[in-house]
Amino acid sequence: MNITEIIHPANLVYKKPDVLNDTPMHYCPGCSHGVVHKLIAEIIEENNWQEKTIGVAPVGCSVFAYNYLDIDWQQAAHGRAPAVATGIKRLLPDRLVFTYQGDGDLAAIGTAETIHACNRGENITIIFINNAIYGMTGGQMAPTTLENMKTSTSPAGRNIELNGYPLNITDLLVKLRGTCYVTRQSVYNVAGVRKAKKAIQKGFENSMAKKGTSIIEIVSTCSSGWKLTPDASNKWMVANMFPAYELGDLKDI
Amino acid sequence: MEETKLMKGNEAIAEAAIRCGCDGYFGYPITPQSEIMETLMALEPWKTTGMVVLQAESEVAAINMVYGASACGKKAMTSSSSPGVSLKTEGISYIASAELPSVIVNVMRGGPGLGTIQPSQADYFQAVKGGGHGDYKLIVLAPSSVQEMADFTCLAFELAFKYSTPAMILSDGIIGQMMEKVILPPQQPRMTEEEIRQKFPRATLGKPADRKPNIITSLAIESEVMEKTNFRLQAKYREIEKYEVRYETYLCEDAEYLMVAFGSVARICKTAVEEARKEGIKVGVIRPITLFPFPTKILAEYADRVKGILTVEMNAGQMVEDVRLAVNGKTPVEFYGKMGGIVPAPDEIFEAFKKQTLK
Repeated sequence: MNITEIIHPANLVYKKPDVLNDTPMHYCPGCSHGVVHKLIAEIIEENNWQEKTIGVAPVGCSVFAYNYLDIDWQQAAHGRAPAVATGIKRLLPDRLVFTYQGDGDLAAIGTAETIHACNRGENITIIFINNAIYGMTGGQMAPTTLENMKTSTSPAGRNIELNGYPLNITDLLVKLRGTCYVTRQSVYNVAGVRKAKKAIQKGFENSMAKKGTSIIEIVSTCSSGWKLTPDASNKWMVANMFPAYELGDLKDI
Repeated sequence: MEETKLMKGNEAIAEAAIRCGCDGYFGYPITPQSEIMETLMALEPWKTTGMVVLQAESEVAAINMVYGASACGKKAMTSSSSPGVSLKTEGISYIASAELPSVIVNVMRGGPGLGTIQPSQADYFQAVKGGGHGDYKLIVLAPSSVQEMADFTCLAFELAFKYSTPAMILSDGIIGQMMEKVILPPQQPRMTEEEIRQKFPRATLGKPADRKPNIITSLAIESEVMEKTNFRLQAKYREIEKYEVRYETYLCEDAEYLMVAFGSVARICKTAVEEARKEGIKVGVIRPITLFPFPTKILAEYADRVKGILTVEMNAGQMVEDVRLAVNGKTPVEFYGKMGGIVPAPDEIFEAFKKQTLK
């Protein structure tokens, strides 16, 4: 049996979505970004939304999301993605508009834009990667950094007296009347990946159906920032992040 | 069709925006320009042309909404006044770098800081020299009448799309608040998506199968790539300098002296010049209409002919630096200015002219 006989449609059990292009990713081993990117690509392809989708990339590691997903993209200033997405969706109401943001982007510098886009009920989907650290700039403390968690700007661990509490912004967004779907997922195992995919699918459907703002928080790993191996990162996330950021649907109307 | 109305400068901007087919306005209230958004909300253009008008949570959000809309090839604009424009400068730098055709209006008030709500021209440097980070320029139009508030709104979009670059209308509280007769342009239809694809092929309207993704970004990690962006921007600014200089001359034909002023102050200078002419002093006014590109060449030409120039501004002396660069020492350039929201009167200007410039 030669290779051309093996590569045959009848034998196809899995195929990378075409929307996910062949550019090698810059993400570190063990990082959640790659898995979430693939899920978004699969959903866009399965629903035939490529021609209708505009993504908004943030500042942070995922600023380069536009290098990997073959859709139209805009790159936003740090924290401003929900405002940029508002401008797009208001003028192109029949398009699928989503932002892809990290915790520093969404929950620190972009807090106002996040809350007000959600409060207006902008018909956009916000994919929120929460890895409790600033990855791209080298592992500084984020608004979601856990108590006593060591980062380059909290080398002795996050001190509540000095830095305040970890910000659970997704819980806040539940209270806003403009949000229609708020969920917290994680791509830490196969079941988690499947659930996250369903959540993103639902968020995108809400955007198309103009139901309001959907927030899909993905509790994520940052093995480089956490200074752990990929496997240890996953385990650390389950043991430490999940108790602080509990998985599941927080709002679904 | 055209329509003649009596209205405020701020109202004229709102009316003209709708009529020139603007797709979206995103703003945040601040005196003395709030009538722009108020007028748009009262006119309800979403019911007629389909234009979107949205009050944002901040100036920062508003300029980023403009970024998002402009990157879809839409005619999008925002307006503010001095402290609010400072907040927008982050977004303006991104818009300039991403080469988007946005329009920004600054109805200037006195600063620095929260300053005052009275008129000023103290944001000249901010508007003309860049304002935000990085090497960029805005096309800057300085209206001196309510009519020009309307005309320049349409012109700003025309130039912004022609050069894929942000254009600013740099007005002040006088022009924004005063009422004058204005002839409004006939209603233009908004661009269809087909027209957008032709006029602005980089528009993010969704990727069809037959083209590569459109990516609007101002980021380039490789400095060689960012250098290319900078070369392209600078080449564009040189083109703009070559083709888009606009200015007005008033009683300059026989002038032995000149006053140089922009916006509302140019009108006051015209009255001062009329006073001077009654006393037999031959003075004219040059009014730069585009502050970038600056009318360097015409000023250099006049510098050979006149005995002296008085630059008059409502600031501590900002445009005067560009006048001096243009004149290059060929004739004395003096400055008279008022700050903090104080407006100079014609007789004050005439007195200053007699003291500082008349030999």
